[in-house]
Amino acid sequence: MTLQANHISKSFDNHKALDDVTIQVPEQSIFGLLGPNGAGKTTLIRIINMIAVKDQGEILLNGKPMQPSDASQIGYLPEERGLYKKMKVGEQAVYLARLKGMSKHDATVKLKHWFGKFEMDSWWNRKVEELSKGMQQKVQFIVTVLHQPRLLIFDEPFSGFDPINVNLLKAEIINLKNEGSTIIFSTHNMASVEEICDQITLIHQSKNILSGEINDIKQRYKTQTYEVEYKSSKALMLPEGLCHIISTQPKNNHLVTQVKLSDNATSNLLLQHLIQQAEILKFQEVLPSLNDIFIREVSPK
Amino acid sequence: MNKILLIIQREYLTRVKKKSFIVMTIVGPVLMAAMIILPVFLASWSEATEKRIAVLDETGWFFEKFQDEDNIKFYHVFEGLEEEKNQALNLKGDLLLYIPLPELNIPVNAELFSSKQPGLNVTSYIKSIMKQTVENKKLLASGIDPEIIKSAKVDINLVSIKVDEGGIEKKSNTEVEVGLSIFAGIMIYFFIFMFGAQVLKGVIEEKSNRIVEVIISSVKPFQLMMGKIVGIALVGLTQFMLWIVLTLIIVGIVQVMFISGDSSTLEMMGTQSAMMGQVNDGGSQMDPMMMITETLGSVNFMVMTLSFIFYFLGGYLLYASLFAAIGGAVDNDADTQQFMLPVSIPLILAVAMSGVIINQPDSSLAFWMSMIPFTSPITMMMRIPFGVPVWEILLSMGLLVAGFIFSTWVAGKIYKTGILMYGKKISYGVIWKWLTAR
Repeated sequence: MTLQANHISKSFDNHKALDDVTIQVPEQSIFGLLGPNGAGKTTLIRIINMIAVKDQGEILLNGKPMQPSDASQIGYLPEERGLYKKMKVGEQAVYLARLKGMSKHDATVKLKHWFGKFEMDSWWNRKVEELSKGMQQKVQFIVTVLHQPRLLIFDEPFSGFDPINVNLLKAEIINLKNEGSTIIFSTHNMASVEEICDQITLIHQSKNILSGEINDIKQRYKTQTYEVEYKSSKALMLPEGLCHIISTQPKNNHLVTQVKLSDNATSNLLLQHLIQQAEILKFQEVLPSLNDIFIREVSPK
Repeated sequence: MNKILLIIQREYLTRVKKKSFIVMTIVGPVLMAAMIILPVFLASWSEATEKRIAVLDETGWFFEKFQDEDNIKFYHVFEGLEEEKNQALNLKGDLLLYIPLPELNIPVNAELFSSKQPGLNVTSYIKSIMKQTVENKKLLASGIDPEIIKSAKVDINLVSIKVDEGGIEKKSNTEVEVGLSIFAGIMIYFFIFMFGAQVLKGVIEEKSNRIVEVIISSVKPFQLMMGKIVGIALVGLTQFMLWIVLTLIIVGIVQVMFISGDSSTLEMMGTQSAMMGQVNDGGSQMDPMMMITETLGSVNFMVMTLSFIFYFLGGYLLYASLFAAIGGAVDNDADTQQFMLPVSIPLILAVAMSGVIINQPDSSLAFWMSMIPFTSPITMMMRIPFGVPVWEILLSMGLLVAGFIFSTWVAGKIYKTGILMYGKKISYGVIWKWLTAR
């Protein structure tokens, strides 16, 4: 399922939450929706979920305008999420699944399967309030994906999880993608974005300021920086016009130096100089991390 | 539609399964049955215990004037006050009536010493005897024979008879109607508040739990709100039905087990009302129990029960939707109070005005209060036992239906916007903005 949100705008009172934001989510991909707090991510997600009403723009699912009946095709894990504390886990999961249109029998069978997979069979008859926060989040994750929606939206899915469970969830999300789901994934956790997302959009101050495939974006933001690891007793001496040295650090009896090339220099030229001075163990281009790009774009200029 | 049924089902089942519901369902009828049975028991019980009263009369006016009643016996004593007090109270466990010598020449003061509360019938009996004795003496002193006065006294027995449009006459007893009227009004008030508060609590729970966003990604906010309101209404009706059935069962069982047959219950009730002074000792009137039964017969219980259910549902829907809107709009309990008060004022007002309504069930105040949907459930229920023209009931019901449709619409708008709004200070201005928003 592809999702297109074209030129979406939304205002609250006198504050513009979304200003002409466009995103395109390709079929069977994981799409990262990034942005600082208050940028408008949750508003966009709510509009896609038909919880909030857009002022302008259009939402297309598989190229067709979205209908209220499409709600059953969407699975949504909100950032602010909870469960009825006094209800039993199994009962509640069945209820939420039935609200999504599943039959009682289907829901029970599938839930038992998932509970088994996550090793939580014994929780079925316990009250939600007896579970830890992480356990509740697992239940919520299962309920979100249970009806096998074609489009999944996760808003900060990893908050409140320990690293083991984060990995478990990541594996499941990638699994869901491989099974054909399209996934929108909103988070501040850049490491996990780099790991699992195919494309991202960065929203800042209600505007879309950056979109594309992660590798393309990194290429766009690369700064001609290279890292050299070499055997030598003394630091490198490189001509001024060619590059400048950012840092030099020892690493396992070797040295590691980061250099930034000047505008008209090339990596081959740099290598020629390096070969003369030391035995090169490793030479690679340093691409900026998404974290760096995020901070660069979002921090006040 | 299917989803709204699911929500109703969840709201209903989780509440009906709660311990508090089960406890209330059992305790309610026990209390109600106790209210019906206890007076009868008390009457028979208080007859059984005999009170003996020692009379220390320093004036000598009342010698042999106190005649023994069924459960009150008098005897005269003549020693000093302290001595007799000790004798009567501590040694014999009796009461001591002390009539000191008057400062003027007429004794109007007396003291009744007892180790326990003497009881209203004892004090009123003593008072009436003393009053009669002193009055007679005074009449004699001014040369009038008390017998003349006595023969001049008559007892008037006023039976009010309601004539309906068809010219059919029904005896009515205002006291019974007042009782029914107050009971119905209070019950409606109680039900609306109890179950309205459950709606409020439920909405606040969903909002503060943050489960609401999960749910409204699959159902519309309005469906969630209506599902909750209807589910809780069904809980209320279930409780009401169970109360009526269980109360009847308990009263029935108690009657069979402890009181041999209906007639003796009626007899006791009769004695009880006689003791309460509802009948004079003229003996010419109708048996009071007969009167009560006859009046109860003149009240149409079918109309009472059906209109109770209608006004409960109508009033509940009106208020519950407003409570749901409040729950959706606010973030915390402190803010809740700010909005709860103005919403509950009409209800409280309707109860506060009950005295006026019952005194004059046909006044224009009563009429208007039973038309305005905010007060009509309580006020109309208070008026119905006295008899209300059919067109008034129908008009009031119609207005109530219109009222709750409107309030549900308003509430839906507030709820929809408020339910996803966190950390925002809500004022009336903000709510107005939500209402007028598209």
